[in-house]
Amino acid sequence: MMMDQTDIKQTSNRVLSNPLIKISSLTLRNDMIGYAFVLPWIIGLLVFRFYPIVASFYYSFTEYSVLQPARWRGLQNYQEMFTQDPLIWQSVYNTLYYTLISVPLGLLLALLLALLMNQAIRGIGFYRTIYFLPSLVPPVAGTLLWLLILDPGNGLMNVGLEALGLPRLGWFKSPVWSKPALILMSLWGVGAAALIFLGGLQEIPKVFYEAAEIDGANALQRLRWITLPLLSPVIFFNLIIGIINSFQVFTSAFIAGGSAGGGFGGGGTIGGPLGSMLMYMLLLYRNAFRYFQLGYASAMAVFLFLVLIIITLALIKTSEVWVYYEADQRR
Amino acid sequence: MGTIFDEIPRRPSLHLKQQLGATSRHLLLGGLALIWMIPFYWLVITSLKPLDQVFTRPLRWVPDPLLWSNYVEALTNPAFPFFRLLSNSLFYSLLSTIGVTLSCSIVAYGFARIPFRGRDFLFGVTLATLMLPGVVTLIPTYLIFHKLGLVGSYGPLVIPPFFGDAFYIFLLRQFFKTLPWELTDAARVDGANELLIFWKIMLPLIRPAVLVVIVFNFLYTWNDFMGPLIYLNDNLKFPLSLGLYAFQTKHETEWNLMMAAALVVTLPLIIIFFVAQKQFIEGITLTGTKG
Repeated sequence: MMMDQTDIKQTSNRVLSNPLIKISSLTLRNDMIGYAFVLPWIIGLLVFRFYPIVASFYYSFTEYSVLQPARWRGLQNYQEMFTQDPLIWQSVYNTLYYTLISVPLGLLLALLLALLMNQAIRGIGFYRTIYFLPSLVPPVAGTLLWLLILDPGNGLMNVGLEALGLPRLGWFKSPVWSKPALILMSLWGVGAAALIFLGGLQEIPKVFYEAAEIDGANALQRLRWITLPLLSPVIFFNLIIGIINSFQVFTSAFIAGGSAGGGFGGGGTIGGPLGSMLMYMLLLYRNAFRYFQLGYASAMAVFLFLVLIIITLALIKTSEVWVYYEADQRR
Repeated sequence: MGTIFDEIPRRPSLHLKQQLGATSRHLLLGGLALIWMIPFYWLVITSLKPLDQVFTRPLRWVPDPLLWSNYVEALTNPAFPFFRLLSNSLFYSLLSTIGVTLSCSIVAYGFARIPFRGRDFLFGVTLATLMLPGVVTLIPTYLIFHKLGLVGSYGPLVIPPFFGDAFYIFLLRQFFKTLPWELTDAARVDGANELLIFWKIMLPLIRPAVLVVIVFNFLYTWNDFMGPLIYLNDNLKFPLSLGLYAFQTKHETEWNLMMAAALVVTLPLIIIFFVAQKQFIEGITLTGTKG
């Protein structure tokens, strides 16, 4: 019949591997059509990905306030960041605190929910819906709701704590409890991650469990030796996405931290009582779009970018030890 | 013989154990679900309370009277120009979603179905940008739009989607790859051009995946806060997310009105969820297994 896909592929491969073979008109035609199709993305990559990355690095070595052209300052922005700006370290501490607790706790809770939901029991669709719904709530609406629930006076949570004989807490209005409040709020939204886990759980062939059961493995052993290894690629995926996202946490801290007053624009960048919710992105936003210190903010962006790259690469390195890929999954 | 008789007494106890297991799982799932629903219940119930019942002790689990007028008051409040905000949000979400769906399906088709030279390299680059943190492109992107004079408009929010998104391209490509080649070959022999094949034959076949992209991007843009916060400065141009925040800064203590407004902003997403539940679940599951 006509030339099918593999023929086309073989032709193009042959052409690619052997420069002596004259490029056929079909290959040229495919090139033209192919690049025409992916053209929007090539432009998108160049204009909205590559150029901004390169420019971020460039601006990070300059002083730039939009009004005046960028002025070269070498490494001064970085020097200032690391030696003269205590707010940087405060925001790094807050962000690390938030990430190191909310990410593992969120993963654990999502995994637990997924394991519970991965059962042939009635009403599973109902539970799935309930756990997932909070991930739909717009962050602004969700944060306002939690500001109400965690009100330091007679908020729902405090009344509940009192009923259990526990002390009331200041939550978002307390420098000690504002970060736990943010973490608590983030845990309400683990439903999406739980569904990702559930998808992974349902891909595990039932035969493995049946075989293990015949061999006398108990539930805990099955979890340890079948579920966790086979789910590890999904755990790894959720871990990386979780870290990247929580290092860039912004909206919840902006809204919860700004409610101390201060009006529309500046209010949100306060970062809560004693700056206890001053997250890295909040400080970056403040420097960039309130003070228009775009060079300095670019240095902050580059630093976060490099830290995230290092963490991601380190995790990929460790993943060789604990993430299990079936041979046929390596596409 | 002996082994068979041994099996008989063990069976019922296993069933009992399984049944107990199922019951305890139900209790655990149900208990957690209840806890999960309490904030929602509080949102709804506070939106219907008179202000003086918001923080009363003992707690008011059922407000009396039910003040439906809170909704009227919230939606007609000059600090929350609802219909203006709604049409802005719809404009942003729809235009961005049209852009991202069009561009990503065209690009994904190119990656999946046309063997052009440099394709694998380009796709590798695309995958590498999947995890690119937004922070590193934020400021230069702002400056691009500043130079174009588009800061203060929706331009910076709706133009980039027309140039693709790595995740959606990846997702749609996976689907295009599963379609049989015979379909396109036949059309090519009949002389149909590639764009026609893409638009008339292939795109309709991956409709479920396209719906996933539509639903996800709508959700993302509807909830987007930081983008509008950075680029918009005129109250009348705000989308609902930013409008809700502006409302809060002016009516911080009127929790009942704030919750009414918050619920109204959330409601469209919940409706979309129940209409497109399958797409939601499918999309999220794919995120884990294919990503």
